[in-house]
Amino acid sequence: MADTGIGAAVRRKEDFRFLTGKGNYVDDINRPNQAYAYILRSPHAHAMVGKIDTSKAKAAPGVIAVFTGEDIKVGGLPCGWVVKFKDGSPQHEPPHPVLAQGKVRHVGDPVAVVIADMKAQAKDAAELIEVDYQPLPAIPTMEAATKSGAPLLFENVPNNICYDWAIGDEAAVDAIIAKAAHVTKIEIVNNRLVANAMEPRAAIAEYDFGTGEHLLYTTSQNPHAIRLLMGAFVLQLPEHKLRVIAPDVGGGFGSKIFLYAEECILTWASAQVKRPIKWTAERGESFASDAQGRDHVTHAELALDKDGKFLALKVSTQANLGAYLSTFAPAVPTYLYATLLAGTYTTPAIYAEVKAIFTNTVPVDAYRGAGRPEACYVVERIVSKAAQELTIDPAELRRRNFIAKDAYPYQTPVALAYDSGDYFATLDMALKAADYAGFGLRREEAAKHGKLRGIGLASYIEACGVAPSAVAGALGARAGLYEMAEVRVHPTGSITMFTGTHSHGQSHETTFAQVISDRLGVPIENIDVVHGDTAKSAFGMGTYGSRSLPVGGSALVKALDKVVDKGKKIAAHLMEASEADIEFKNGAYTVAGTDKNVPFGAVAFAAYVPHNYPLETLEPGLDETAYYDPKNFTFPSGTHIAEVEIDRDTGEVKLVNLVAADDFGTIVNPMVVEGQVHGGLAQGVGQALLENAVYDAESGQLITGSLMDYCMPRADNLPSFTVGTHVTKCTHNPLGVKGCGEAGAIGAPAAVMNAVVDALNAVGVNDLTMPATPEKVWRAIHRRLAA
Amino acid sequence: MYDFKYQKAASVADAAKVIGADGEAKLVAGGMTLIPTLKQRLAKPSALIDLGGIAELKGIRREGNAIVIGAMTKHVDVANSPEVKSAIPALAELASHIGDPAVRNRGTIGGSIANNDPAADYPSAVVALNATVITNKRKIAADDFFKALFETALGSDEIVTAVSFPIPEKAAYMKFPNPASRYAIVGTFVAKTGGNVRVGVTGAGPCVFRWKEAEAALGKSWNGDALKNLSVKADGLNSDIHASSEYRAHLIGVMARRAVAKAG
Ligand SMILES: Cc1cc2nc3c(=O)[nH]c(=O)nc-3n(C[C@H](O)[C@H](O)[C@H](O)COP(=O)(O)OP(=O)(O)OC[C@H]3O[C@@H](n4cnc5c(N)ncnc54)[C@H](O)[C@@H]3O)c2cc1C
Repeated sequence: MADTGIGAAVRRKEDFRFLTGKGNYVDDINRPNQAYAYILRSPHAHAMVGKIDTSKAKAAPGVIAVFTGEDIKVGGLPCGWVVKFKDGSPQHEPPHPVLAQGKVRHVGDPVAVVIADMKAQAKDAAELIEVDYQPLPAIPTMEAATKSGAPLLFENVPNNICYDWAIGDEAAVDAIIAKAAHVTKIEIVNNRLVANAMEPRAAIAEYDFGTGEHLLYTTSQNPHAIRLLMGAFVLQLPEHKLRVIAPDVGGGFGSKIFLYAEECILTWASAQVKRPIKWTAERGESFASDAQGRDHVTHAELALDKDGKFLALKVSTQANLGAYLSTFAPAVPTYLYATLLAGTYTTPAIYAEVKAIFTNTVPVDAYRGAGRPEACYVVERIVSKAAQELTIDPAELRRRNFIAKDAYPYQTPVALAYDSGDYFATLDMALKAADYAGFGLRREEAAKHGKLRGIGLASYIEACGVAPSAVAGALGARAGLYEMAEVRVHPTGSITMFTGTHSHGQSHETTFAQVISDRLGVPIENIDVVHGDTAKSAFGMGTYGSRSLPVGGSALVKALDKVVDKGKKIAAHLMEASEADIEFKNGAYTVAGTDKNVPFGAVAFAAYVPHNYPLETLEPGLDETAYYDPKNFTFPSGTHIAEVEIDRDTGEVKLVNLVAADDFGTIVNPMVVEGQVHGGLAQGVGQALLENAVYDAESGQLITGSLMDYCMPRADNLPSFTVGTHVTKCTHNPLGVKGCGEAGAIGAPAAVMNAVVDALNAVGVNDLTMPATPEKVWRAIHRRLAA
Repeated sequence: MYDFKYQKAASVADAAKVIGADGEAKLVAGGMTLIPTLKQRLAKPSALIDLGGIAELKGIRREGNAIVIGAMTKHVDVANSPEVKSAIPALAELASHIGDPAVRNRGTIGGSIANNDPAADYPSAVVALNATVITNKRKIAADDFFKALFETALGSDEIVTAVSFPIPEKAAYMKFPNPASRYAIVGTFVAKTGGNVRVGVTGAGPCVFRWKEAEAALGKSWNGDALKNLSVKADGLNSDIHASSEYRAHLIGVMARRAVAKAG
């Protein structure tokens, strides 16, 4: 069974339907008598909303209904996490209405919904809505929002600060820094990103008057969480009357985790108008309403002793939350960020403080990596800067400070306890693959052609497999973070597996089937993995934080254990042997020490046709469910190395090489892992060189509001990647897996920017903010040469 | 998109008649600019007159010392044309880098120059090669055709039928693309035709323009070094989040030097 089991590069089961155009996305679905919604959005970044006159729109052709905030009296969008101020008081949690209530706070804030027979009619009618906006000064930047006397987004959120949180002992860290032989300082801007999933968000809501059941199709990474949040907090609908289906979803990258206004508006409105309603975002709406990512400004200081040993790290960060608290927003710049500031190093003392700020911009929440790329960026940039200042080779400085191979479990000073890893191995692997030793020659060669060449490292760590529920709860999470798996063995031995995670590019249908095939010896064609429907999978917390395999896969292993164990009882009965003597391997139950055996399929059949069956002690059927709550986070790690060449005349940065050596624990499907790494690296390169969400400082308009101005990475921006893995197994989950979905986006930005800065060192430039766009680089070179 | 009438023109005269009679009607060629404008509800034409069915507007031919390209010729056809590739390889190369494959398979040379987007590529070639724009009414010299931002010499019922490019001795185009849209942040087309040097610059200003100092310097010595001490003033050049006017001014020089080197 090795060819379809754990470790095999099995071709993706889902690809047949995707490659033949048979994918079934929300917008592919149409319900009988379906109407269409168009959301009227605020053109202002900050304005009071007076009277909204919808009379002309209501009279327009095809219009069924027009609703505003006055009509839709439902709860606000809830926030799933509470972070505390330094003094212990809770974050400010201002209301987040689904349609504006007297005020709009970012361009794109929903103001009204038009429902019509046709999409174009809804859009036409929306132009007839007259909204009395009284514009207020826009504060799109953190600087503007925190100035004294700045206008407030919310009356009872002083200074627009959601929370001012800290971790660690500031006085102790300050004392170390004051006495240290060397202190490296850095200013960092972690640029705001727009996820830009290929498939825009979409939803269809339908209400069944016969049963009183609401059905919502939506582009979600976690349909059960949407059901819970929307049902319990916004619409007061019980779970048994609310079914949420997230069918094929074309990419999420975090932006489809959150509960959005449109999902609630449609679910509510479909019962009002008694028709199914569809809404599909246009790309422009995605820019104006999908939660965005990153957006930190940070000052950091690293204290080192004379030998380059890290003594302390102090980090002060401002995090832009946008106009409202999105579902997970408070956790991202705190528990998913500051707790990673030890990186792969033994830094004994760390203090971090984070001010989270409301601004007149689209809300910010988790985006591929969520907090961990920001942490990696701070740590890996400052370590490389320190190496440059101390003229120590950056690989050597990292080695001097890595956590030793035998030091696990390793307790960091910022709450996390790493269970396993070998940072030396991945560093060496990456150095070799990048021909680090030969870089000097390549730099000389480039110089001959007038080019500046640089190389950069990032030895990242991340915390994945979110999350132990009790820990998350203690840190302010309002939900548990376990996962569920059901293995339904059918009478003829084929299997349907139900998971509460969701695949929107991650290949669960293949990977999970491989785990089952491996364990039960069932051919992979006989296994289907079902996800994305609250009526099918009992429960689940969804897919993000590289949790599906570490948490969902662990639940699956537990369920498989139960199946195997029950099968043992049946097999013992069938072979008239003692249960203790039954072994299960290679797809069959055998009586130890004999050649007596029954194949798994025969056991399944007996379970459903229990003619010869221990009915007094055992129930028929072979269908097992398990929940798994992780004992710890998992800690994927590795080293990424980038090499760049810079055109001095134009400032263009060409990425000539990108190497990733990663430790993801056990690899279930190396091809799938490689694909995940490639995608992550591309997004990491995007952040470092191309992508930037820019708001006009005066008006708060998103200047990069389309793909003509927001630069997504394309194939010709990228070199052919070299990727490899080194395995140290996770010690606390049954598969030994750590997760691989985010690593590329975590390590690459720091590696690329370290390479850019390394190249620019030759002309006296030792810092640059992302993205390293041609003009920015040209200016940096030019300024230095002119001076 | 607002509602509009659609009409497929049978001939140039037919199309001219409709747009002459209805000021709100618009010609549609490849639709690569017009359709997105309609989708964003930035224009509300009464009717679209499709030039796609008019055979006489398509095709590339050599006429004496010139290459004549029909207005409805797609970018991909210019890029792949053996005539263009052998006579004016720089023009074929320019066409091969416009937008992406979908755009090149729909967008046309007539649409591009009639639209006169400040960041479009073709205008630089039209100006540097001293091409003649042929319409249903007259022939317009390149220098007289491009007027201002999105503005040309075309009258309200005038239709571009072809562009005639004199074959140069040497020519090359260097484009510094906008990383997001891939339009030109700066595109410099240099050409030496019958001993005359012309340098067309697109992307940098509100409208394509000639860099006359560079033309004079290259006229004396066809060598990138001849441009070393020249610079373009940033005043009046475009400035946006991708490139300031100062950077654009600098890029004009870099792209011109590289173009001369490439032209050989
Ligand atoms: C994603 C994208 C990327 C692009 N990148 C580039 C790029 O890198 N470089 C570049 O140069 N261009 C670029 N373009 C523009 C494209 O190449 C087309 O040239 C341009 O859109 C116009 O050509 P069209 O045939 O599509 O004209 P249409 O969109 O059909 O028409 C444009 C305008 O010209 C008028 N018109 C059309 N034909 C005639 C005619 N024969 N006589 C008079 N008026 C006429 C129309 O009425 C309309 O006002 C890009 C476009 C897109 C969508």
